[in-house]
Amino acid sequence: MDGMPKWADVVLVPVISLLLAAIISVIVFMAIGQNPWEAIKLMAYGAVGTSDFLGYTLFYATNFIFTGLCVAVAFHASLFNIGGEGQVLLGGLGAAIVCIFIPWPHWTLALVAGSAAAALFGALWVVIPAYLQARRGSHIVITTIMFNFMASGLLIFMLAGPLKPAGTMQVATGIFPEATHLPSLHDLAGVFGLDLFGRSPVNISIFLALAACVGVWALIWHTRLGFEIRALGRSESAAKYAGISAVNITMIALLISGGLAGMMAVNNTMGINSPQLVDNAAGGAGFIGIAVALMGRNHPVGIVIAALLFGALYQGGAELSAATSVQVQIVVVIQALVIMFTGALDEMVRSPIRKIFLRMDRSSAAGE
Amino acid sequence: MDFFTFVQLGDASVRMAIPLLLACLAGLFSERAGIFDIGLEGKMLAAAFLAAAVSFTTGSVWVGLLAGIAISVTLSLIHGIASITFRGNQLISGVAINFFAAGLTVVIAQGWFAQGGRTPSLPRDARFGSVDFPGALTRVRDKMQASPGMQFYSEFISGHSILVYLGLLTVPLSWWILYRTRFGLRLRAVGEAPEAVDTAGISVVRLRFSAVIIAGILCGIAGAYLSTAVQAGFTKDMTANRGFIALAALIFAKWRPWYALGACLLFGLFFAIDNRFQNIQLQVIWIMVLLIGVSVLMTSWAARKEKIDLWVLGGLSAVLTLVALLAWRGAVTDEIGAMAALFETVKVPSQLIQSLPYLFVVIVLAGFVGKAIPPRAGGQPYVKER
Repeated sequence: MDGMPKWADVVLVPVISLLLAAIISVIVFMAIGQNPWEAIKLMAYGAVGTSDFLGYTLFYATNFIFTGLCVAVAFHASLFNIGGEGQVLLGGLGAAIVCIFIPWPHWTLALVAGSAAAALFGALWVVIPAYLQARRGSHIVITTIMFNFMASGLLIFMLAGPLKPAGTMQVATGIFPEATHLPSLHDLAGVFGLDLFGRSPVNISIFLALAACVGVWALIWHTRLGFEIRALGRSESAAKYAGISAVNITMIALLISGGLAGMMAVNNTMGINSPQLVDNAAGGAGFIGIAVALMGRNHPVGIVIAALLFGALYQGGAELSAATSVQVQIVVVIQALVIMFTGALDEMVRSPIRKIFLRMDRSSAAGE
Repeated sequence: MDFFTFVQLGDASVRMAIPLLLACLAGLFSERAGIFDIGLEGKMLAAAFLAAAVSFTTGSVWVGLLAGIAISVTLSLIHGIASITFRGNQLISGVAINFFAAGLTVVIAQGWFAQGGRTPSLPRDARFGSVDFPGALTRVRDKMQASPGMQFYSEFISGHSILVYLGLLTVPLSWWILYRTRFGLRLRAVGEAPEAVDTAGISVVRLRFSAVIIAGILCGIAGAYLSTAVQAGFTKDMTANRGFIALAALIFAKWRPWYALGACLLFGLFFAIDNRFQNIQLQVIWIMVLLIGVSVLMTSWAARKEKIDLWVLGGLSAVLTLVALLAWRGAVTDEIGAMAALFETVKVPSQLIQSLPYLFVVIVLAGFVGKAIPPRAGGQPYVKER
């Protein structure tokens, strides 16, 4: 691309953006009277310091892979699905209903049915915003934000009423039946005689997340549908001219996006140590997906790396706020900075680098 | 419901509408100049925090207001730099500003006051008090016994904070700036055809920056109003999505100042109802008539359109009908039987009532209230021809 080698585009630009975000984060730490070096050490220890902490980091990373893919698929069609948060909640509802009301003989079957239901519910929750975007031109960003609020209202209604087991006070479903519990990586490592990940909830749905990555990669770059999604994202008028139905592709891209967000719920309902659906189950993962997708350049490989980084940040931030008086919202600040620098201020980072490469090109051409 | 309840409801609507109105006008200036601003929410939140924090520290609410405006304008400038100077994605920049404000206000509030991410409660003289007009009654008991005219004057007209009157004044002021000044003409032009403005030798960049700065000032006032007039201090996420609702009101108002006032008052009324009537009860039959009626209307409308309309709206109708039947089924008990259950009253879930403003936003955006055409160059960075 115009004078810049591919590695600079894929590696150098994100790394510099990340550095800028880190510098501002350091300033924030100093402003609230926290020693930045101490804070970073605490966060790093909290993220990967022990086998247990590492497990939590991977658990959160699993969430963020799903939501990152959700945002990325929509981005490929030039759509901004900011409703991942609500779609995750609905996915949780789907998974919970399937797990509670159907007696599954084995967790493998429950996993298949649970993820299908979670994806279906997540996708259904985006149908109306998608339809309004495709047919009425209503702005998807605002409608999906509104649907996030309605999702949390619906979830609280369901958890306080129909799904609440009799005689409990907690706004949550009961613990799912034993047969639907997904094995954790700790159990899995135990099969090989290893003692890893302690009590952390990281579980086999991390493999589901990786499979979803492969699926999205194949879909976007190796199928006709993926081509149509990208074509629509590049230029709606050109796509229409090529005979691609903008309405259908907008709907399909958003449904896939919503389904991926919904599948995250498998990890944080069926996969946790005491599997159940609780209030506010998404915990901001839907929004972190935006940062993950932007940082990962909408590519599954980038998304996995970015999700690991944000998993570490999320877990490290939680440990930091437990150990010091810093509020856990520091994670939201860092997330915002990453979105700003890798998303909106991309050109600020990119154009000086491009200029440097152009000059190098010119000087090497002149030298010959 | 007596007359005084209506007056109180109207009074509450105005109070609720003011922050929406200011944010809506902020969005109006910004979008009329061609800059989408999803970050209204974040700017209000940051202003709410700093206004409360500075009011508390200095004891002067006016200094607090200025501080709120200053931080809001700073965030506006960041948005401007990202979306005007570096031609970045305006939606992403706005989202980043929202998260930045949501996180940083709590983190800084903790670092500053160590009260779990809030500011301390503001004392009386560090807040905007109410302005009482001459002759107006101030005590609720007196008002209840007064004549309807006096009730209207005392409760509805008088007794608001100065920022409410200021906020209402911004409507004619915005109208005058946009439609009666050269600056306003150019501002509207730059949102429709920036290349034409550029050809006329006027700086697109400067016009757009002035628009986002105006938006910043208005959001700053809105935020300060929330934390120093409505409430006595800052609490986490206290803007409660008003920024997004203001954007919906802006679309509802078709990007016009006077319509914006109407739209915001309507949303204000929704919030006032939501606050006042947490417990709404309806007979099952009305729930069924309402839901099934909407379903039938939607499906018959969709049937005349394309297949996709029928799929989506038909599916939605099926869900609504199912909900109606479930509500009926839920009211049936052995003693009264199915027919009598139709006339049982059931409580509408409070979560549904709280969701009503958001639902209304979606209906507004669906365009069932008329076609809204945004400024033509909205959301697109302007690239000068070389």
